Amino acid sequence: MTSFDGGMTRREALCRIGGSASAAAALAVGDLPAGSPAASQKTKAFIWDAHGHLGGARTPEESIARSLRYADRMGIERVVVSMGMSFVYDPTPEELRRQNDDVLRAVRFAPERVFGFVYVNPKHVAESLQEMDRCVRDGPMVGVKLWVAMHCNEPSLDPIVRRAAELKAPILQHTFLKVTGNLPGESTPADLVELARRHPDASFLCAHTGADWERGIRWIREAKNIASEISGSDPTAGMVEMAVRELGAERVIYGSDFPGRSFASQLAKVDSAELSEAARRLILGENLRRMLLPILTAKGIRA
Amino acid sequence: MIVDVNVSLSRWPLRRLPCDETPRLVAKLKQHGVTQAWAGSFDGLLHRDIAGVNARLADECRRWGQGLLLPFGSINPLLPDWTEDVRRCREDLRMPGIRLHPNYHGYALTNPIFSEVLALAEKRGLIVQLVARMDDARVQHPLMRVPDVDLKPLGELLASRPKLRLVLLNGSGALRDEARKRVGALRNVWMDIATLEGVGGVAALLEDVPVEQVVFGSHGPLFSFESALLKMRESELSAQALAAILHENARRLLGT
Repeated sequence: MTSFDGGMTRREALCRIGGSASAAAALAVGDLPAGSPAASQKTKAFIWDAHGHLGGARTPEESIARSLRYADRMGIERVVVSMGMSFVYDPTPEELRRQNDDVLRAVRFAPERVFGFVYVNPKHVAESLQEMDRCVRDGPMVGVKLWVAMHCNEPSLDPIVRRAAELKAPILQHTFLKVTGNLPGESTPADLVELARRHPDASFLCAHTGADWERGIRWIREAKNIASEISGSDPTAGMVEMAVRELGAERVIYGSDFPGRSFASQLAKVDSAELSEAARRLILGENLRRMLLPILTAKGIRA
Repeated sequence: MIVDVNVSLSRWPLRRLPCDETPRLVAKLKQHGVTQAWAGSFDGLLHRDIAGVNARLADECRRWGQGLLLPFGSINPLLPDWTEDVRRCREDLRMPGIRLHPNYHGYALTNPIFSEVLALAEKRGLIVQLVARMDDARVQHPLMRVPDVDLKPLGELLASRPKLRLVLLNGSGALRDEARKRVGALRNVWMDIATLEGVGGVAALLEDVPVEQVVFGSHGPLFSFESALLKMRESELSAQALAAILHENARRLLGT
């Protein structure tokens, strides 16, 4: 079995939290006070994190090693990583390639734990398609990341989405609903709904669910090929409960937006929610696994 | 054993919360091993009858707190005769401290009235809880946009009041790098962890602020209590640091 940083194997990491879907359960067997209600809700489950990045270190390898050390402490088995060591809003083709090279290094560092999503820019469609071929079709990556270069309802995204669907690669699209004003190319959940309606055969993750999640959840409610990805906002109580109520647990997916966000604060959204254990298992890992399974199977990646 | 220095009672103005009824909040806190929680009131954000807010807060803590809730009354120094509210908090309601929301009440820390509040709190031996933010300014309701408190003047204001005890709530994440170190260097300031973000956030905070000045705060029930709890696990902390943050520092601060 692979040994991770600190000499802890994945099985040990999972055992450390009592084999539970609930990260708070860890506290009952660790060095913090016992008595968490989550500790009494132990289930066999795994945690996959749908949203992470690199940064805060000198190299991609150092960055992902650091994040995986913390992931181990939280019982997180696998993580999705996209974009490179620096954040570039509107990357040139050359920058795209460099960013994706960083992620390829992170994937190579821990291939059994890190899923790479290729970063593309719809302002450079041909080069983005080349990157999808290089990193997904011919490489180890298993999804597509779109950030803030252009609103995602623009027609220039269509070839990218068609290629993603051909490759069975889900698309993680950043969305925000800022009362302070979005960035010029920053998408809203409404933009994503437009795109998803044009591509019913593609799978989308609505990253952050708009952050203003009470509106974001409503926006995506009728677009069945969009899942709510819950990362990147404050751990406000009630978010996951509303998402499950309005979308169904099958369309809600845990993500953190590490390392900028804490694994802990984002896991707490799920851990604290009043849910069935079956729903919690779906959100923490089973939904993402189901979404990725076609491409993982096609690539022969164990899952 | 946990002392949570940052909970609020009553209703968040914009949304019902899973634990916004005091008995449910208390049950949740107890289940997680909380033995004491310092409670303000959401009503203190917008209500103008602050005396009524504080009286209800004290009553709610007594009625439902099971000995766990410790009330911290809200003070709005822009209201007429606010010093009487301070007196009532101390003398009538036996509160150990007060909670300030400068951004909701409409004054900056550079306003001389803030210095007056600090002076009176210091004189009366009250702990001051200064709340830097309640929620993310980027996603607030369009009719209730409240920017974070600008904490830059804090260092200078507190340096001249060494006897004052000030707990910065929801502020440790907003302060960056040198600013956090500067505030952390003041020995009469404590910071909670409720809005800390980034992997290993608590460990990172301890690089800037002495462990003796970090306290456990959840910002529940607006935030999931589990967020603060899990952050304590995410960072690799010594047993001494855990004990200090979870309860010892708050108890020492309270003088118990």
